[in-house]
Amino acid sequence: MGVKLLLEKAHVPGIRFFETYRKEGGYQAVEKALKQMDPAAIVEEVKKSGLRGRGGAGFPAGMKWSFIAKPEGVPRHLVCNADESEPGTFKDRYLMEFLPHLLIEGLIISSFALGSNDTYIYIRGEYAWIVDILEQAIDEAKANGFLGKNILGTGFDCNIYVQRGAGAYICGEETALIESLEGKRGNPRIKPPFPAIEGLWKRPTVVNNVETLAAVVPIINMGGDEYAKIGVGRSTGTKLISACGNINKPGVYEIDMTISVEEFIYSDEYCGGIANGKRLKACIPGGSSVPILPANLLLKTAKGETRLMNYESLSDGGFATGSMMGSGGFIVLDEDQCIVKNTYTLARFYRHESCGQCSPCREGTGWMEKILKNIDTGKGKMSDIDLLWDIQRKIEGNTICPLGDAAAWPVAAAIRHFRDEFEWHVNHPEDAQKRNYGLAHYADPIHVPA
Amino acid sequence: MSKFNDDQLKEFSRLVARYPEGKQKSALLPVLHLAQDSFGGWLSAETMDYVAELLQISPIEVYEVATFYSMYNLKPIGKHLFEVCQTGPCMINGSDDIIDYIGTKLGIKPGETTTDGMFSLKTVECLGACGYAPMMQLGKHYREHLTKEKVDAIIDECRKNAAANN
Repeated sequence: MGVKLLLEKAHVPGIRFFETYRKEGGYQAVEKALKQMDPAAIVEEVKKSGLRGRGGAGFPAGMKWSFIAKPEGVPRHLVCNADESEPGTFKDRYLMEFLPHLLIEGLIISSFALGSNDTYIYIRGEYAWIVDILEQAIDEAKANGFLGKNILGTGFDCNIYVQRGAGAYICGEETALIESLEGKRGNPRIKPPFPAIEGLWKRPTVVNNVETLAAVVPIINMGGDEYAKIGVGRSTGTKLISACGNINKPGVYEIDMTISVEEFIYSDEYCGGIANGKRLKACIPGGSSVPILPANLLLKTAKGETRLMNYESLSDGGFATGSMMGSGGFIVLDEDQCIVKNTYTLARFYRHESCGQCSPCREGTGWMEKILKNIDTGKGKMSDIDLLWDIQRKIEGNTICPLGDAAAWPVAAAIRHFRDEFEWHVNHPEDAQKRNYGLAHYADPIHVPA
Repeated sequence: MSKFNDDQLKEFSRLVARYPEGKQKSALLPVLHLAQDSFGGWLSAETMDYVAELLQISPIEVYEVATFYSMYNLKPIGKHLFEVCQTGPCMINGSDDIIDYIGTKLGIKPGETTTDGMFSLKTVECLGACGYAPMMQLGKHYREHLTKEKVDAIIDECRKNAAANN
């Protein structure tokens, strides 16, 4: 069993409610932080912990906090990014549904560290029932003196509000989220200025992911140095992985980042192997926008080393032979899955979610979707494959926000590693519609069912 | 034209009070949800104008938001809206079959409403339930691990609820 810092108590009956959460040791980190530490000391602990943003970018959280401007007389805000929308990702939902007070506790400490008296949780509109869970947790915390005016007699005031989005993946991008929180379309802003200087209502703002803010609780409880001892290298602490696709045990798992990808997929403690006795074909290890890897490159790096479930190892080899940790949305594809069809649905997703501000993304995502649909349905030409490659290259790096990159990478990786499958679709238009290309050389060579 | 009743106005005030003075436009998304829930599940031009008036912003500011976000319905929908996810993780778990099955069973295509106004079918992109695929949103909640049998049961349940409320 690995270390559990976030989900250890997830299955205690009643943990969703204040009384039980408190009895299980909850809110001790708030007491410690507000009574024994000053904001600078909290930022220091988070820096020491090595905690990296858990939303996908992996930027060091303590460093992000240290960038916040502190102009005289201007309020600052902390915003919690709960707009979890990256296909394959459902970890924040789990955390909020089962442990709402863990998030609230992390938010109180983080608000204190950043000087935010009005803190907002921006949650995706579809998670409508979780809004009620969070608002109840906030009310309970308030009734027990952990929110509101003069928290624990320390003179610190803090309110937390839950704002529902309305269906837009782009609002997970922090400046689009801020625009949405201001009641506008979710069009990302040009940076700089960064939110830390000019964010919500032009005030200094920090936007952090749900899991990042929850992780502040164990960091304060155990100290940044102890937290940093868990994991390996710059992948400190624990990470929530939401596993889905063709596996025996889909769900949310907390891992310390020392385990191998092979163990994660095949051990009974985690995914429990490939469903229905099939073979592993490919995997998108960090949410739909990170490069898909064929099984042989997933389990071992190009150098032949065992690939581990952490930031460094998953990206070993760069985009040529590696992928990314991303959001922790772990999508497993078995031998029967069609890479072209899968890539098509993802291209459709990004076309649907492009805000339309930047031409390369607005036009390019639509072209990629149409071309992929043609190839998938047996109407593709061989030149389409090169055209797709050309389009994705012209999107990547040429847009205001990373949605362009996120749309380009899955297409690029699919062609890079599975070009033969695309060509087969073009050459066998009839068979292509039955989607039975099969396994080929990149299937998992280790776990072959009898 | 419909206006908020007292309870709805109270909720409106609660939403607006979360933001600093003069920043009431920030309440636009939640207020549009409230309006959609209050006025038959969709936003008419009149409803959007009413929201603009309440928030003291111009109607165009409401239209541009209402047309951007996928959860706002800009035309009437059925009593029960089936929003079925079709993105990668759901697709590899058979969402195409579920969408076909619902469509055949109800006699409608995605984007359409049954003639009796009871059901609408909409395909949506990833709702964050990938481990519990295939799935759909029905009202406030998710229905997960969908099978044909489960779809049948959900349709029956909707019909029963509608009959009980009439």
